[in-house]
Amino acid sequence: MPAETDRRFVLKALLGAGGALVFDIELALGAAPTPAGEPAARLNAFVRLHPDNSVTITAKNPEIGQGIKTMLPMLIAEELDVAWEAVKIEQAVTDQALFAPQFAGGSMATPLNWLPMRQAGAAARAMILAAAAQEWSLPVAELSTLAGDVLHVGSARRAPYAAFAAGAVRQAVPAATALKLKDPADFTIIGKPTKGVDTPAIVTGKPLFGIDTRLSGMLHAALLTPPVRGAVLKSHDAAAALAWPGVRKVVALTRLGEADAPVDALAVVADSWWTASEARKALQVEWDAEGRDRHSDASFAAAAKAAHEGRPQAVVLAKGDAATALAGAARRLAATYTYPFVSHATLEPQNCTALFHAGKLEIWAPTQMPGGGQDLLAKTFGLAPADITVHITRSGGGFGRRLQNDYMVLAAAIAREVPGRPVKLLLDRQEDFKLDFFRAAGFHRFEAGLDAGGRLVALRDHLVTFGAKGKPGRGADLPANLVPADLVDHVDLGQTVLETNIPLGWLRAPGSNALAFASQGFLDEVAEAAGQTLPDLMLQLLGTGRLIPPPAGGRGPGFHTGRAAGVIREVLRLSGWSGARKGRGFGFYFSHNGYFAAVADVAKGEAGIRVERVWIGGDIGNTIINPLNAEQQIRGSVIEGMGHVLSGLKVPIEGGAIGVANFDSYPLPRIDAVPPIEIGMVRSDFPPTGLGEPAMPPAIAAIANAISSLTGQRVRSLPYAES
Amino acid sequence: MKTALKVNGRTRMVDAPGDKPLLWVLREELELSGPKFGCGQGLCGACTVLLDGQAVRSCSTPLSAVGKAAITTIEGVGASEVGQKVAAAWVDQDVPQCGYCQAGQIMSAVALLSANPRPGEAEIDAAMSGNLCRCGTYHRIRAAIRQAVTGQVAGSLNPGGDHAG
Repeated sequence: MPAETDRRFVLKALLGAGGALVFDIELALGAAPTPAGEPAARLNAFVRLHPDNSVTITAKNPEIGQGIKTMLPMLIAEELDVAWEAVKIEQAVTDQALFAPQFAGGSMATPLNWLPMRQAGAAARAMILAAAAQEWSLPVAELSTLAGDVLHVGSARRAPYAAFAAGAVRQAVPAATALKLKDPADFTIIGKPTKGVDTPAIVTGKPLFGIDTRLSGMLHAALLTPPVRGAVLKSHDAAAALAWPGVRKVVALTRLGEADAPVDALAVVADSWWTASEARKALQVEWDAEGRDRHSDASFAAAAKAAHEGRPQAVVLAKGDAATALAGAARRLAATYTYPFVSHATLEPQNCTALFHAGKLEIWAPTQMPGGGQDLLAKTFGLAPADITVHITRSGGGFGRRLQNDYMVLAAAIAREVPGRPVKLLLDRQEDFKLDFFRAAGFHRFEAGLDAGGRLVALRDHLVTFGAKGKPGRGADLPANLVPADLVDHVDLGQTVLETNIPLGWLRAPGSNALAFASQGFLDEVAEAAGQTLPDLMLQLLGTGRLIPPPAGGRGPGFHTGRAAGVIREVLRLSGWSGARKGRGFGFYFSHNGYFAAVADVAKGEAGIRVERVWIGGDIGNTIINPLNAEQQIRGSVIEGMGHVLSGLKVPIEGGAIGVANFDSYPLPRIDAVPPIEIGMVRSDFPPTGLGEPAMPPAIAAIANAISSLTGQRVRSLPYAES
Repeated sequence: MKTALKVNGRTRMVDAPGDKPLLWVLREELELSGPKFGCGQGLCGACTVLLDGQAVRSCSTPLSAVGKAAITTIEGVGASEVGQKVAAAWVDQDVPQCGYCQAGQIMSAVALLSANPRPGEAEIDAAMSGNLCRCGTYHRIRAAIRQAVTGQVAGSLNPGGDHAG
């Protein structure tokens, strides 16, 4: 646990010169009080120096497989100037006042923390140097550091940091702006392939994950929710379940969780999760699904078709005069692109351990948004956030699912019924699917107009999406900067929102993972009509390198056409693209500050179409902090994208209920489907940004376009199904 | 039902119903949380353990079906030479992303290499296709198995260099 502190961080996201997004986090950089009896010196919230000259670095963000528990400490260790081997890493508890934002989402950890984490390391180093200068009575300017030692070259003196620990904690805290950071040429940790800090614990089966939480006196809970999402608990009889040996309690939960997706459920609490899970079979329960059971794929498709025949409910972008340009176009194209609801399917099912004691709540959870969970719990249970402790465990995958903290609320509501005893709630696979917040399905109606020279002059897209009260749900909106709206003279973008009982959530590269498929698929048709290939069309549209600022009121940073063209050229070079090969497809997208282009080869095999090879080019700025992990993130994104196109990932909706229950009906990609994936990164002169998401959208588009090329039939609906 | 189980080289007494899945006996009664719960139906492989050297899905293996078979979980994988090689290769290749599936992946790999010390690419894929990795670490799983076979650290850092073809 970090020491109590009243320091506060300040986060400012500003639009800097030229529209580039600039983040400015001011960290608490001062020495924290060292608890009595602790031999380590706390130089700040992130750095503890031990007598043996080893260092403990606090990893503040939730680890969900994106490598952040390794990467953020690398930044600190670099500027602290210690040997990576001397570093021990400790996961932080939730304390955003001390650590600044702690979340895993939006590929934001790198752009948010690139400077502040290095400053935290540099501040600690500066305090050690100041202490050494006092101790040796030398000007600080004559001292340097090397791998955890302070050096004075003039007198050939050298001593470990630990020798100055006591003096270092008494030094004035340097201002972040006064700190001199390393020249990148001197980096010894940043940019070096670095293994995951938990890898040894993982391969020996050590408890790390939320599901592994084990506390004295802990009870276990299993959940039963209605088949129709959001249905109301009408009546129940728990007598038979309560008669099972080992069952302690049955708790009825009503309208709990995230505000837009309240859950009714029965929870069986028992000495063992297996007992709790089995005893659910004895529950008698009646649900009221009235009004929620009218939603189905057929009703959605019919509503979308009707909506496409009229005007969109809302205009997203009206640029130039698309109607006139389309009317006067030498050639017009129109097509409808659709994609289904998709589930996160984290391999570790949602779970949470909760303990209510003496008016306080303690939580152990795999979560991407621990602070959001704390706030939601405070609101739900009328507690002060200070009375809620959220321990961040390792997460068995996130992909956006754990940005919602509904399961924390459910666990806490159960724990409230057994005060003083910790309860671990674990969803089984079917309940985990049922309680997901899904990637929204969507229906795009595109129109394009080409002039006599085959140039794209007008573009229209009417997205029929999902949400409530006319507002699209999470990740379900059509953004004004849909690629390539910025690059075409006459553009109409509009959307119509359908109501549904299916809750929507952020799924890896939210929005973009679906928009890339639809828009790059349609552009591939446009290119074909113009006698071009898609990368040629994209390069032509991108034109000369320039920064296009984000649309007014639009989210995200500007779009640099030169960086986009750079990754397209890189992937064409890497793949030996000639444009003529059957079964080869291309896709480009810009999301989460990252520029990525992909080429995929597909072929028909005995078991249907398979991906033979993928090439992917990317630009996330001037530094790849951990190349070993970067490779993993990119390959994982491509493989997940393969799942969206070819594995058959789809959550059908019938009568308000989802049509998947386990991995047999939700077939994620397996090892035998995975092709070689070649990566080419372009370095550009911009600060580094994140890698968890931006590689996925163009991979989806490239694979779909490759199938269109192979079969001669345009893939306009996901997942691909052979006809 | 009192049952004697041979787990990771030790005999352990458990008192659990015969229909309780081995996974939950291991996790709850024996506090071995390495084997993971993923699907409960033998579809994802996260719960894989060895019974007399054979990979089984412990989530769908009832306690009553274990009998006298020797159980090896990830916690005991280092007791065999093949297990040590595989675990070391997993570290060298830095296979995990989130890591949740990896105990099951390693157990499947150990079972494969115990039965077939020099598997080909297709044999590796076939033996490992019962284990889902949601993060997509499959290239490194292949590389780690090849390393365990050859004893040579393959160049996982060359993105195109592994799994040619």
